[in-house]
Amino acid sequence: MIDLAVVDLSRLQFALTALYHFLFVPLTLGLSFMLVIMESIYVMTRRPIWRTITRFWGTLFGINFVLGVATGITMEFQFGMNWSYYSHYVGDIFGAPLAIEGLMAFFLEATFVGLMFFGWDKLKPHAHLFVTFMVALGTNLSALWILIANGWMQNPVGAAFNPDTMRMEVVDFMAVLFNPVAQAKFVHTVSAGYVIASVFVLGVSAIYMLKGKHKGFAKRSMTVAAAFGLASSLSVVILGDESGYALTDNQKMKLAALEAMWHTEEAPAGLTAIGFPSLKDRQTHYEVKVPYVLGLIATRSVDKPVAGILELVAISEDRIERGVVAYDQLEKIKADPTDMLARGEFEKVRNDLGYGLLLKRFVEDPRMATPAQIKEAAWYTVPNVPVMFWSFRVMAGIGFLMIGLFATAFVLCTLRKHETKWFLRLAVLAMPLPWIAAEFGWVLAEVGRQPWAVEGVLPTFLGASSLTVPQLWATIVGFTVLYGALAVVEVGLIVRTIKKGPFHEQEQQALFEDEDAPMVAQEG
Amino acid sequence: MELLLDFATLRVIWWALVGILLIAFALTDGFDLGVGALLPFVAKTDEERRMVINTVGATWEGNQVWFILGGGAIFAAWPFVYAVSFSGFYLAMFLVLSALILRPVSFKYRSKRPEAKWRSFWDWCLFIGGFVPALVFGVAMGNVLAGAPFRLDDTMRAFYDGSLLGLFTPFTLVAGLLSVTMLVLHGAAWLGLKAEAGPVQERARKIAFVAGALGVILFAVGGLFIAFGDMGFRYAGEVDINGASNPLRTAMVAAPGAWMDNYAKYPWMMLAPALGFIGIVIALIGMKSRKEVLAFGGSSASAAGIIATVGASMFPFILPSTADANSSLTVWNASSSHLTLFIMLGCTVVFLPLILIYTAWVYKVMFGRSTTTALKTNPDLY
Repeated sequence: MIDLAVVDLSRLQFALTALYHFLFVPLTLGLSFMLVIMESIYVMTRRPIWRTITRFWGTLFGINFVLGVATGITMEFQFGMNWSYYSHYVGDIFGAPLAIEGLMAFFLEATFVGLMFFGWDKLKPHAHLFVTFMVALGTNLSALWILIANGWMQNPVGAAFNPDTMRMEVVDFMAVLFNPVAQAKFVHTVSAGYVIASVFVLGVSAIYMLKGKHKGFAKRSMTVAAAFGLASSLSVVILGDESGYALTDNQKMKLAALEAMWHTEEAPAGLTAIGFPSLKDRQTHYEVKVPYVLGLIATRSVDKPVAGILELVAISEDRIERGVVAYDQLEKIKADPTDMLARGEFEKVRNDLGYGLLLKRFVEDPRMATPAQIKEAAWYTVPNVPVMFWSFRVMAGIGFLMIGLFATAFVLCTLRKHETKWFLRLAVLAMPLPWIAAEFGWVLAEVGRQPWAVEGVLPTFLGASSLTVPQLWATIVGFTVLYGALAVVEVGLIVRTIKKGPFHEQEQQALFEDEDAPMVAQEG
Repeated sequence: MELLLDFATLRVIWWALVGILLIAFALTDGFDLGVGALLPFVAKTDEERRMVINTVGATWEGNQVWFILGGGAIFAAWPFVYAVSFSGFYLAMFLVLSALILRPVSFKYRSKRPEAKWRSFWDWCLFIGGFVPALVFGVAMGNVLAGAPFRLDDTMRAFYDGSLLGLFTPFTLVAGLLSVTMLVLHGAAWLGLKAEAGPVQERARKIAFVAGALGVILFAVGGLFIAFGDMGFRYAGEVDINGASNPLRTAMVAAPGAWMDNYAKYPWMMLAPALGFIGIVIALIGMKSRKEVLAFGGSSASAAGIIATVGASMFPFILPSTADANSSLTVWNASSSHLTLFIMLGCTVVFLPLILIYTAWVYKVMFGRSTTTALKTNPDLY
């Protein structure tokens, strides 16, 4: 049997390393494009202040970027380390986007990022701008390929199980690329990154304004952040809604869970704004509903019902029963690869094999499952409803707050009221919010995918490596200590850089030249 | 769908491509690792250390992607190998990752504060980030040659009987130290090209002579282990080179000395170990006569030759199993599907030349030696 402690620890480790990685990635995604905007203004106007602005935010970008890269190294290898069976089972499809990410995107950003920092004196301004743009392009393409990989886990299109190799294999690569879930996720995720970067720039600039320091620098930075942030926060919410729509075809269960919608919602489906979902009673107490809205989001209509958890569990139960048949035929093929009859029968039910595998959590051989175990497995397809319900509300709530924040910032900047005290304080206080939203967004996406590693294909508990509990604790403790220490150093360096201010470099340079001046004079 | 290339051909192409990726990693990031491992010993003052770090400052990040891409390519082309090796060598992988996580932050954070203690701390992190991966990669290569104790069950789930300490045997330690000497020599050759003439260069040259001499000895000892030790595997029956990727369908056996088979069958493969030896000699001649380009060419050739030797000795085996020879992974039984190999080849053909072009451009822009005087005038330097 699978050691469930190993599975849980592997999940914990993946969650820790992925959530930690995503503290740095979104800032990289957004700040890189903001650097492109700032540097473009410099190249067009040739005013030195914009060069200072670009270089200062570039310094902060650099401190953050290395931790994104460093923690990304772990991500590339831990599928093989902790999720060995998953890697075998779907590597034929899942490995490709990761490799293409390296070829097309990560090489681009990593090769040019060195030149971005070291090339200021070696390149003409427009050439340097090109380099900065390549970094931004690389980081964002990188996100594209990673989300194509992740999107496939949520909606595994373009692949089929091959009984000869005991794994999923690609049948239609274009379907993997143009997976609607992946596309929606990509725009939603990078927009979230742009919001995070905008809040960061806005907040740091607000600190300078409140202290009455570097006002010229801060006002210009604020203006860029306000415009970029408003566009991004609108996009993140609207395109987030687009991922809600995409869900209806392939991840109805996720939607039902985040809505805590136990029963099918007849048309026009209403949206539960708030309530207290109870796992035990399988109902949501004190619901407050907004009519029509859910139908509009989920089905783009007011005349279609939205499936509830109970109905979806019943569907799962049917699929599990067919999955047992698929499992049975697969065993026959394994015993005799030339058994064409079994192959024919397997073809008919192969899409339900994953549901048959779900039973492995409850019984060694799915063919021996009792009706009670099948029912238990069917209920096991429901993700953790309260976690989903509240994660969604925190994420979406902050999303709307961000629109409010940036709309206000945009109006104030347009009216040249950069020094509005209450707003500056608000901008500083708002700094952690989009990070919280982004992390909850991932919790929502990945907890919502449970119990599947790959929706309908491979249950998470089957994906883990054959490791031992002490091995996992060793790496969890190791990564936590290492990551924790680096987080402290990183935040310290960012604070230090902010304290020094954008003109520190020029001040140093001026000091240095003053010291040198008499010597040069003497030599002359 | 009929694809342009048959399955077996694609499998061989991907075997060669993974080899090329590993060699590219050793040739580019290899000198970064070597420079990191050399740093505390060749550079004593803060100025010297900064000068050394800035020889790789602008380019190490791009070089490191060969490693990441190596991981991605193995995942995409050989999912079995990715799944079995990284979970099997679990704690060793953790060591490498930790060291490689320290490296980027050390480069970036070292120069952010002036305190001597702060800088010395990150210098040693850079040393760890260079030395530990160099050693563990070599030990891993040694284990690949010797075989790892894993078995596959009928669902292709891998089980592993080994431990972290089990990875270290006399042979794998020879392989690990060979890898360290190879990359240290390469790093020293790089400093010859990029560091300013002076005490740093002299110290690097001295270490390079020791590393080169040790490298020749270790490579020869490794060869003796392969020729006369108990390593080697063979197919026991006919193998369908176009067949489904399923290791359990063809019998394989442990056959001591079998790693010499290919050299008897294809004598031209002996070029690989020859290049390994000759490269080191050329590197040392270059060092002696202060022809930096020759020295760097020599160390590059030796690294390529040594890595190619592993591939040439083992083909078609990729990761043999000492616990159950029938679970061994080979070019014929561990690859992705025909279609995936084909698509990924297409992507590589498009993007690899692009990578080479813009990487070359970046090196061209950054052309020239790193100097201590530049540190005073250029605020962008580490």
